[in-house]
Amino acid sequence: MKNEFQIIADLIEKDKKVLDVGCADGTLMKFLKDNKNINIRGLEISKERVQECIAKGLTVIEGNAEKDLKQFPDKSFDYVILSQTLQAFLNPELVLDELLRVGKKAIVTIPNFGYWKVRFHLLIKGTMPITKTLPDEWYNTPNLHMCTIKDFFHFVKSKDIKIFKSLALNNLNSSIINQSNLGVKNLFADLGIFLIEK
Amino acid sequence: MNTEKNIKTLIVKKQLKLDCGKTIKDFPIAYETYGSLNSKKDNAILVFHALTGDQFVTGINPVTNKEGWWSYAVGPDKAIDTNKYFVICSNVIGGCMGSYGPSHKDTDQKIFGTNFPVITINDMVNAQYNLLDHFGIDKLFSITGGSMGGMQVLQFISNFPDKSKTVIPIATTSSHSAQNIAFNELGRQAITADSNWKDGNYTSNDTNPGKGLAVARMAAHITYLSKKGLQEKFGRKLQEREDLKFGFDADFQIESYLRYQGSVFVDRFDANSYLYITRAMDYFDLAKQFNGNLSEAFKNTNAKFFIISFTSDWLYPTQENKDIVIALNSIGADVGFVEIESDKGHDSFLLDVPDFLSALKNFLDKSYEENKL
Repeated sequence: MKNEFQIIADLIEKDKKVLDVGCADGTLMKFLKDNKNINIRGLEISKERVQECIAKGLTVIEGNAEKDLKQFPDKSFDYVILSQTLQAFLNPELVLDELLRVGKKAIVTIPNFGYWKVRFHLLIKGTMPITKTLPDEWYNTPNLHMCTIKDFFHFVKSKDIKIFKSLALNNLNSSIINQSNLGVKNLFADLGIFLIEK
Repeated sequence: MNTEKNIKTLIVKKQLKLDCGKTIKDFPIAYETYGSLNSKKDNAILVFHALTGDQFVTGINPVTNKEGWWSYAVGPDKAIDTNKYFVICSNVIGGCMGSYGPSHKDTDQKIFGTNFPVITINDMVNAQYNLLDHFGIDKLFSITGGSMGGMQVLQFISNFPDKSKTVIPIATTSSHSAQNIAFNELGRQAITADSNWKDGNYTSNDTNPGKGLAVARMAAHITYLSKKGLQEKFGRKLQEREDLKFGFDADFQIESYLRYQGSVFVDRFDANSYLYITRAMDYFDLAKQFNGNLSEAFKNTNAKFFIISFTSDWLYPTQENKDIVIALNSIGADVGFVEIESDKGHDSFLLDVPDFLSALKNFLDKSYEENKL
């Protein structure tokens, strides 16, 4: 399992109720269910991925986060997870609001467009960056609203969303992000992980 | 039609109060089983059949000598694996494969016809509930069914919230739509317009309203398919002829196909039963039973739900299935949902649709494994 998922799992206490939005093949869900006795649900748009989740014995709903989160009651989950998907929505702000309505807390991870390799790629090559966390070409990427760790940090602050924990991830190393090291982390992390609450 | 000797029957001694206000007792429920009930009696799956189905789910139906209606899904090593599970299915009351219905006789030994009480989906599942006592099953492992079978699944778990661990409604609805009532009415009008129907008092086979019933079946059959599926299978292909004949014979293959479907149907189905069962479907509105709040229907159950719809099903479209998912989510129930890609229309659940069959199998087998832990 990838390091990002391990860090997310570590943020969640045992026996909680969790919704994984965009749960893909259910790898993280399965881990949480088996290792932390989590009452886990998934929402996934791809029919193929939904089938993979069912084959793992996971409860998953085929659906679109932009339309289908509204069916869940307020604060009906202890945690709602959104892994590297926020930038792919037509309206990320709306989705973020929904995550924080449905979940008591939300864990959101974002691929960092401020990562030095991304900046370097654009600066030197003059073409849209392609990295491990941003693997697609500009014409076929699902990403519509790229942001940096700094952008997201400022965005949630401006919305009066509480940040419990923010982590910068670079390969296998994770470190705490705070107001004073934000510039550095924004340069050296390829992924940001945020535990937030409204 | 109900005197065949291959039919197993349970006579229900208990009184059953029907929604129409009448009470029935000492009535037969015809059933069939597949696989074997284990010693813990925790491997039973109750399957509910659709409008024209019967208790003969799989293998050769001993009455019609044709394959059972869910042969693709039920059997050894199939999605509903009879090596593992004990499958029970019964003919709905109002039906014509041995369960109490309009072709039965009343206490004066007169065939009921339209004097049979109007029954509902609720009545059907209340009648079938007696099978649990009969087999000594405290809790079913699963209940499932497509179309009208799915309606019975929803009604069953609402009536008996702790009687099944898993619940799988397929290609169904919680409330019969105006369009579906309209199609059913078309079928009923075709039957009652047949001069042989005689207000339901036909008796022997040679004077039954076969023509009307065949038309009802033809019209309904179109609704079970998709436009794309029909176009791909038949297009404008002609039936055993080089050119149009400028008459009203079956020039096109689709006409011939529908005529065939109509003609084989009348051999196995009773016209009055068709009236009764379509009426039961039309009356089905689970939310209405709970003052318009569908979630209330499920609030007492801890069962695990898995809902399945099909992309090309326009009779019970995905949205109507999703409405059930939404109602369940709004009360925090354990519910999964998948829409299966298929161009086979509503009939997809009866056919060889691999994504559907694997989803069904995986859900059942994984849930069963989890149960064992």
